[in-house]
Amino acid sequence: MATTPEPPPTALAATPTPKAIARRRRKESFLRMWNQYRRSPMGMIGLGLLAFFVLIAVFGPLMASHCDLSPLCHPTNRPIQPPTGQFWFGTDSQSRSVLSLTIWGTRISLIVGLAATLITVVLGAGIGLLAGYYGGWTEIILMRITDWFLVIPFLPLAIVLSIILKPSLGTVIFVIGVTSWPSTARVIRAQVLTVKTRTYVERARALGAGDWHMMTRHILPNVGPLIFANTILIVAVAILSEAVLSFLSLGPDPINNVSWGTILESAFDQGAAYSGYWWWIVAPGAAIVLLVLAFTMIGYALDDILNPKLRTR
Amino acid sequence: MSTRRYLISKILQALLTLVFVLAFNFFLFRGLGNPVELQSRGRGALTAEAIKEENHVLGLDLPLPQQFVHYMRETVTGHLGFTLGGDTVAEDIGVRIWPTVLLIGTSTIASILLGVYIGIVQGWRRGSKFDKSMLGVTLVLYAMPEFWFGLLMIMLFSVTLNIFPSGGMQTAATDLHGLTLWLDIGKHLALPFFVLTVSYLAEYSIIMRSSLMEVLTEDFVATARAKGVREKLVRRRHAVPNALLPTMTITILSLGYVLGGAIVIETIFSWPGLGNLTYGGIQARDNSLLQGLFLLFSAAVIVSNLVADLLYSYLDPRVRAA
Repeated sequence: MATTPEPPPTALAATPTPKAIARRRRKESFLRMWNQYRRSPMGMIGLGLLAFFVLIAVFGPLMASHCDLSPLCHPTNRPIQPPTGQFWFGTDSQSRSVLSLTIWGTRISLIVGLAATLITVVLGAGIGLLAGYYGGWTEIILMRITDWFLVIPFLPLAIVLSIILKPSLGTVIFVIGVTSWPSTARVIRAQVLTVKTRTYVERARALGAGDWHMMTRHILPNVGPLIFANTILIVAVAILSEAVLSFLSLGPDPINNVSWGTILESAFDQGAAYSGYWWWIVAPGAAIVLLVLAFTMIGYALDDILNPKLRTR
Repeated sequence: MSTRRYLISKILQALLTLVFVLAFNFFLFRGLGNPVELQSRGRGALTAEAIKEENHVLGLDLPLPQQFVHYMRETVTGHLGFTLGGDTVAEDIGVRIWPTVLLIGTSTIASILLGVYIGIVQGWRRGSKFDKSMLGVTLVLYAMPEFWFGLLMIMLFSVTLNIFPSGGMQTAATDLHGLTLWLDIGKHLALPFFVLTVSYLAEYSIIMRSSLMEVLTEDFVATARAKGVREKLVRRRHAVPNALLPTMTITILSLGYVLGGAIVIETIFSWPGLGNLTYGGIQARDNSLLQGLFLLFSAAVIVSNLVADLLYSYLDPRVRAA
């Protein structure tokens, strides 16, 4: 993994090519990691849970038609119906099946979680990489900005941003993405600093490698696993953030882009908790808990493997 | 670095951060959006004439640097503009700040005490049954949105069992004084207090657990044991005090995170604090109000970070020497 040196970029183009060697090595290290990962019960449970939700997101339309999301689709349904054989999780105030809503909500919650994380990781890893690699003034300025953003409390900032940009699916993704990068930047920078001092990096430098080559071929592949573990945990936070923002009615449009957060928002608006309509609240909330749990469990299991300090203890 | 230089540099850094937040806020509302357009959104279109006049009244036709100076002067002196309801923002915040201090204060203290205690027991007996089951509980608590937990508790304790009121801070239309008033407030506080305490418990127990585990590998703990110090004293005198230091800083740093929880918890319990005010501001799209709250929340976090830094240097002399 992180300690296996790369072949020098200027190796002679004989068989096998340096690229093939690198690819084989990467495949081997991936298999080694997977073998370790497989032994972690926590990681496997998390992976199973995640697979479950991904299947629901992908095959959701086979289980619940898109029409179920429209209040006009089934005119014979009654509103606020407790769970029955027909509606496992009951119906909401617009006579929609809470099960169908929860199934469709899986998509939006997953999409927001993943897309926001992508923004976070690109921003965070990019800034961390630049700061750690170049050092000097670049580092001082980038890290100062990072520290400033680190201090601003997440939810108040997210609220203010969502209001200015008008709430929508894109806004939620953007807002969560641009407010969560500072901690990633810090973690990545710290790791880059340690990778930078390794001998093979010095050797590549001595052989005349440029900045771009150094960053993409030597630094990035070695902080990659860490970025990955960090990413998994960020998805969990992003999914929770989407739920909170949607709950505060700053989320995606609750009719066409139902998410678990928007289901809870409308339940709260209709006073479901105070009227005892528990089915309307329990299902989407439990879905959030399980999906977030899946990502955190995978993240912890990966952390155990990637963090040798934890492994021995 | 001498103590004095350390203090001065920390205070300067905090001030700089504060200035950054102020500038950022200015940019957000004037760079990204026009305040008049933002404030009037959803309330019917304004005529070009009206927009021009409003711009003039708010000083938005001035050059940006001049606007910035004006904005800084107003904000620093506590003039945060007017809410849609016509009050000053500062007034509204002033009324709502105490219930929030009461709720966040009591629940944070309770969850720190409980969380640290649980973390000590876990870290001291790592891998025990208690440790393992608490880790599970911790994971679930972490994965649970605070507001959802709050809604479940309302359904359980207010609706089904009918033990605690589901919202507000006082029973309406009653004229209570002294002790009975406080008892009434306490009854209303109980549920949101419980939800916030439990929600953030895990935050502190995880930190304390890993911090204690770290300390237990240190040489001075081995020395104490070798000297024959009783286990109970090793824990109380040697391990825990040293493990508390990092826990304390991270605890204070997590205030920003706790604020977010308070916003949603106050909302579902109709607790008349800043969180509920924020929710009202969102619903009414009251930008001046939200802007003021954003500044206040950020400033609160910056100040508490500064306090953490200063406390840390006082408690751990190594920091000053570094």
